[in-house]
Amino acid sequence: MAENARIRITDAGRGRSRSMSPQRWGALIGGGALAIYGITRRSPLGIALATGGGSVALLAATRKPSPESSASATILINSTPQEVYQFWRDFENLPRFMNRLETVSKLNDRRSRWVALGPGGKPIRWDAEIINERENEHISWHSLADSDIQVDGRVDFRSAPAGRGTLVDVHIEYSPSLGTGNTLANFLNKGANFIMRQDLRRLEAMIEAGEIPTIEGQSHGRRDFLTGVMRVADPTRPIPVRSNLKDTFAARRRMA
Amino acid sequence: MKAVCYMGVEKMSVETVPDPTILNPRDAIVKISSTCICGSDLHLYDGFVPTMEQGDIMGHEFMGEVVEVGAGLKPDKLKIGDRVVVPFTIACGNCFFCKKQLWSLCNNSNPNYWMAEEMMGFSPSGLFGYTHMMGGYVGGQAQYARVPFADVGPIKVPEGIPDEKAIFLSDIFPTGYFGAVMADIEPGDTVAVWGCGPVAQFSIRSCFMLGAERVIAIDRFDYRLRMAQAGGAETINYEEVDDVVQTLKDMTGNIGPDRCIDAVGMEAHDHGLMYMIDRAKQKARIELDRPVVLRQAIQACRKGGTVSVPGVYAGFIDKVPMGAFMNKGLTMRAGQTHMMRYMKPLLDKVEKGEFDPSFVISHRVPIDRAPEMYKIFRDKKENCTKVVLDPWADGARAA
Repeated sequence: MAENARIRITDAGRGRSRSMSPQRWGALIGGGALAIYGITRRSPLGIALATGGGSVALLAATRKPSPESSASATILINSTPQEVYQFWRDFENLPRFMNRLETVSKLNDRRSRWVALGPGGKPIRWDAEIINERENEHISWHSLADSDIQVDGRVDFRSAPAGRGTLVDVHIEYSPSLGTGNTLANFLNKGANFIMRQDLRRLEAMIEAGEIPTIEGQSHGRRDFLTGVMRVADPTRPIPVRSNLKDTFAARRRMA
Repeated sequence: MKAVCYMGVEKMSVETVPDPTILNPRDAIVKISSTCICGSDLHLYDGFVPTMEQGDIMGHEFMGEVVEVGAGLKPDKLKIGDRVVVPFTIACGNCFFCKKQLWSLCNNSNPNYWMAEEMMGFSPSGLFGYTHMMGGYVGGQAQYARVPFADVGPIKVPEGIPDEKAIFLSDIFPTGYFGAVMADIEPGDTVAVWGCGPVAQFSIRSCFMLGAERVIAIDRFDYRLRMAQAGGAETINYEEVDDVVQTLKDMTGNIGPDRCIDAVGMEAHDHGLMYMIDRAKQKARIELDRPVVLRQAIQACRKGGTVSVPGVYAGFIDKVPMGAFMNKGLTMRAGQTHMMRYMKPLLDKVEKGEFDPSFVISHRVPIDRAPEMYKIFRDKKENCTKVVLDPWADGARAA
């Protein structure tokens, strides 16, 4: 839908075209207007408005349009293609490192049922079938009819030179576009590719170190409200606002 | 348990927090017997390293007894009751970098990899108690600490060696040594060491171990310069000379020191206009680091020499003489210490009685006094060189 409504502008100087979504135009114009209004106010509130509005406009103008319905990432893992392939081929392993996946259950050798966390933590379900595979090299799959979303995925495993391990390339396309379920993350350009990179980083840690590094559950001294808000801004969490606000308010209660 | 928490710029507080628990299979819990304040903690105290959060537990130099182990630890590596020193860098032991012995660049130990990635392109290893960008791990200025990948980092300490001779294997002794290693010292070399803090003191002595003929140490506090002299160094008090670079030239037959070690880092002091500008820019957070020492080291270093940087830098620096660096054909090496390379050989030196690192200690205090010690250490009051904290002494009664 958003695809159809794109406004196309041509960058004549460089002879290539860019496209901006209506939302980005809105953010650019709205943010700019707010900034100009703020500047003319000449008061602390005005400065705040100008800063906020200016930031919105700047981000809208400079943010690279990320492909909204696909994710790609690559990682080098210090392991053999066989080992990484085996691990991935058992799709039930995927939620262990993809933190937006809730569960994957095997229906038979080629079919599996997936549940992911959508925007706001709403579950999204689909059934997938492997459509192509070459042992230790490649797996591709797609979703079947009657799914909440349509998904096409592929992963390739290649030996890296000089015994450095395995290069893993993942590409997933889905429609309709979901964003990342985290407006702030989208806004900071921590889009689907970023999320996928974090997933693959966790895969690397699982295979190389046998565990994913974590600080969840550590103790700490009193946190203030601002720190809590900063925690909310963590774009690597699947549904950050829900989980972090709870923590923040708990910390506030402890302080009181 | 008691823990020293960062509560804001120049605000530390001893808080009572829940005891740590095992969070991952390769974790261990260590009951801390001794812990220290590091010079690099002062950069956090002064608020110049991004991504500290209120309530973060400080400290990355600690040792103690293993009291709990995760299911993934093999008893031949680590077991309950072992007395260990814990290195400040956290490494998985199995990634590309660990396999190359580049332990402080481990790819798998920073859960907040993406934060450091934003600022540095890639992330170094996780560190204890040193910002969320470096992992956000709880630190060791506390009564207990959780140690991730405990089968890689901690090294067992024989019973005969007291804490004060072993504790500095957690950071500053290997870091000082690493500073000298990175300098690529050849027999007969003259080495200039900026700073006479604890890391520099170990660097000075390590330079001689590695074959240096002369070491020239630069600082402004007499008590620290005297400690450097006791280690065999000649000294320059930079507040008493017009120009450190010219003084170094004059002391070396106008050829310059062969190797320069920056054991100061981001909060260097100096006099003159350039320094005032840096100071103002840092205050405004336009420039995170004051590269006073780097500039001097690049200017002073002999042509074709080496500049080694064990001193901590956090962000971006202005007006570093790249032209001099390039045209003089210098080499620069830097990094957090690859701890696991040096802990065992240096422990052997201590065990054989060849070297006693405890000479840097100036203060032994209960953990409750940590907040005031940060200020004393930062302001170089009471001839402070190194503060060792006892997490179990009853500070309320002792103080």
